[in-house]
Amino acid sequence: MSVQITSPQFKANARAALADAPLQQALSKVGLSFIGRRSAAAAKLPEFEALRDSARDIKNHTLAHLDLYLERYEQQVIAAGGHVHFAVDAAEARDIVTRICREAGARTVTKGKTMIAEEIGLNDHLEAAGIQPVETDLGEYLIQIRGEAPSHIIAPAIHLNKEQVEEDFRRVHAHLAPERNLSEPTSLLAEARGELRAKFLAADVGITGANFLVAETGTSIIVTNEGNGDLTQTLPKTHIVLASLEKLVPTLEDVSQLLRVLARSATGQDMSVYTTFSTGPRRAGDVDGPQAYHVVILDNGRSGMLAGAFREMLRCIRCGACMNHCPVYQAVGGHAYGWVYPGPMGAVLTPALIGIEKGANLPNASTFCGRCEAVCPVRIPLPKLMRHWREKEFERHLTPAPQRYGLAFWAFFARRGWLYRPATRLAMWGLSRLGKAKGRFAALPLAGGWTKYRDFPTPQGDTFQAQWQARRRAQAQGQTQRGGNR
Amino acid sequence: MTSSRDIVFASVRRALGATGQEAPRRQEVADRIAGHPRGIIPARADLPPAQKIDLFKDMVRAADATLDHLASVADVPLAIATYLRERNLPPTILRGADPRLAALPWASAPNLDVWIGPSDGRQLAGLSHAFAGIAESGTVVMLSGPDNPSTLNLLPDHHLVVVEAADVAGDYETVWTRIRAAYGPGVLPRTVNWITGPSRSADIEQTLLLGAHGPRSLHVLLVGAAL
Ligand code: SF4
Repeated sequence: MSVQITSPQFKANARAALADAPLQQALSKVGLSFIGRRSAAAAKLPEFEALRDSARDIKNHTLAHLDLYLERYEQQVIAAGGHVHFAVDAAEARDIVTRICREAGARTVTKGKTMIAEEIGLNDHLEAAGIQPVETDLGEYLIQIRGEAPSHIIAPAIHLNKEQVEEDFRRVHAHLAPERNLSEPTSLLAEARGELRAKFLAADVGITGANFLVAETGTSIIVTNEGNGDLTQTLPKTHIVLASLEKLVPTLEDVSQLLRVLARSATGQDMSVYTTFSTGPRRAGDVDGPQAYHVVILDNGRSGMLAGAFREMLRCIRCGACMNHCPVYQAVGGHAYGWVYPGPMGAVLTPALIGIEKGANLPNASTFCGRCEAVCPVRIPLPKLMRHWREKEFERHLTPAPQRYGLAFWAFFARRGWLYRPATRLAMWGLSRLGKAKGRFAALPLAGGWTKYRDFPTPQGDTFQAQWQARRRAQAQGQTQRGGNR
Repeated sequence: MTSSRDIVFASVRRALGATGQEAPRRQEVADRIAGHPRGIIPARADLPPAQKIDLFKDMVRAADATLDHLASVADVPLAIATYLRERNLPPTILRGADPRLAALPWASAPNLDVWIGPSDGRQLAGLSHAFAGIAESGTVVMLSGPDNPSTLNLLPDHHLVVVEAADVAGDYETVWTRIRAAYGPGVLPRTVNWITGPSRSADIEQTLLLGAHGPRSLHVLLVGAAL
């Protein structure tokens, strides 16, 4: 899937999503399926909140010592017979992967679910090099055969319904009997299993992501429910791990803390079905497992995030809870965000990775209701970070000049406490004159509410507000069908 | 020429305001790796042996796996034959060369056809011996090696796993301690598979279905009493 960035068109994307009836039907299930399961799993574990603190602290400690843990991790991978490659940016990561595939003489490559591969646009690059990538996560497979991008970080095909899947399977699996029954999810799953089994066994290289990298042992960890990533990294002769630098954790004990909050936050399971720890290639005497093991560690802007307020975003363990609980995500889905990371985590991460010029709209895609932060297992202050981006946006030249003057005007008074209060009313008046676009200033830090979550006019204006309120009413009445055609 | 590795490290260190040579930072990292402190361990797993086994059984079943609790390892071959017959499967199973499996009284199930080796995807049933069970989540811990091929955990439709009650731990951390004792500090086997229930997917309309790419059924043969 090519990385076609449409984040600058967030507003148009969102408008289209709201008018898309099948999408709205699919999205109506997001909240229902994920929110209840997460809260039930959290409620069953008395230590859950304390584990979230522990998870946050482990990530903070690791990030503060990231250079040293990276060193240790690299040594351990090499000691286990593996190779570590560092990639400054997406282009370099693509080239490294392609080179390893070429050296392995690869014609087909199976892939476990990896968001980094989406981030660097790997599939197009492999295809251009004559190497066929095969997505093996069912959701990723569905979007690959449709030529789409994922719309959720753990449920990439959440925007599709089973009729669409049936249509695609009949088109792509044309060698199978046309009269076969594909009306139920079970028959669709069975067909995908059969089709992909042969691909698993035939692949020359397997590419996976990593949920975590363990410095103590030089281990990469993937967490799946399907077993696809595990087959991907066990069967081919070469295993390539794609990971970004912030996946590091110090020890096996540390990763156990994080695993206790990951699945509960993501799907509401106590533990995912397969948690697979891979360390180097097969050992002497082993009868299976890959003969070569490579890890590509991608920076792509993350080291820059370590320096300032956005370091906190690097704690993210990609559980998806923030988007599952986000009213904006539930209304417009993942594709509206225009790149690979949607929802609140995407609204913070995307501008950092692709540049504020392209991602400037996303931090506004929020009601600042605070639910994302309330459920984030590593306690990332997502609303605060979205506000940081908006402050930066004001400082930048993209913002129309009157608004920049407005902020400077406010800053002048804010730095002079004795003048601030009496000046506030005057300043408010002055800003509304300067700004002209009235609605903008509801979000300016004038009235002391800056540190509190606040309502901000959302990109969809009335359409979105009306829809969200209708959903809230429906929820309150215990209806199961929300959104839908309107 | 500056390598990408150098660029990434320099950039990380610039952002952290560190050189990488600071003795206190290095000490902190070395201590954490060497001491691998345990964090918060759920109290629910801290149980006397008999209740720990009960929790393990409950959690295994809650994860949609099935479980037979056998009095002795000698009962395993017959339990396998029964499992296969009840599901109308051919009386054939593929296992690793693990000496604990080799020592089972296979003659007690004379109709059972037992093969040894890794899976190539054509077998309906595979048998492995777990390194440990974990009560807090109903997880079995599989270590790869010459005797326990990882493909047996993933390719057969039915994965049968022998877990000795004495090897059931309350929590993950206890198992890491045992693995360190067996393999040495900082060393893991090529693959450690934690398996909690059979393979599943909810990727089509959020409908949870068992049997995605891995085994459709996971059957735990728990053996013996807790120590
Ligand atoms: S930001 Fe938090 S809630 Fe969102 S995906 Fe990352 S870890 Fe999960």
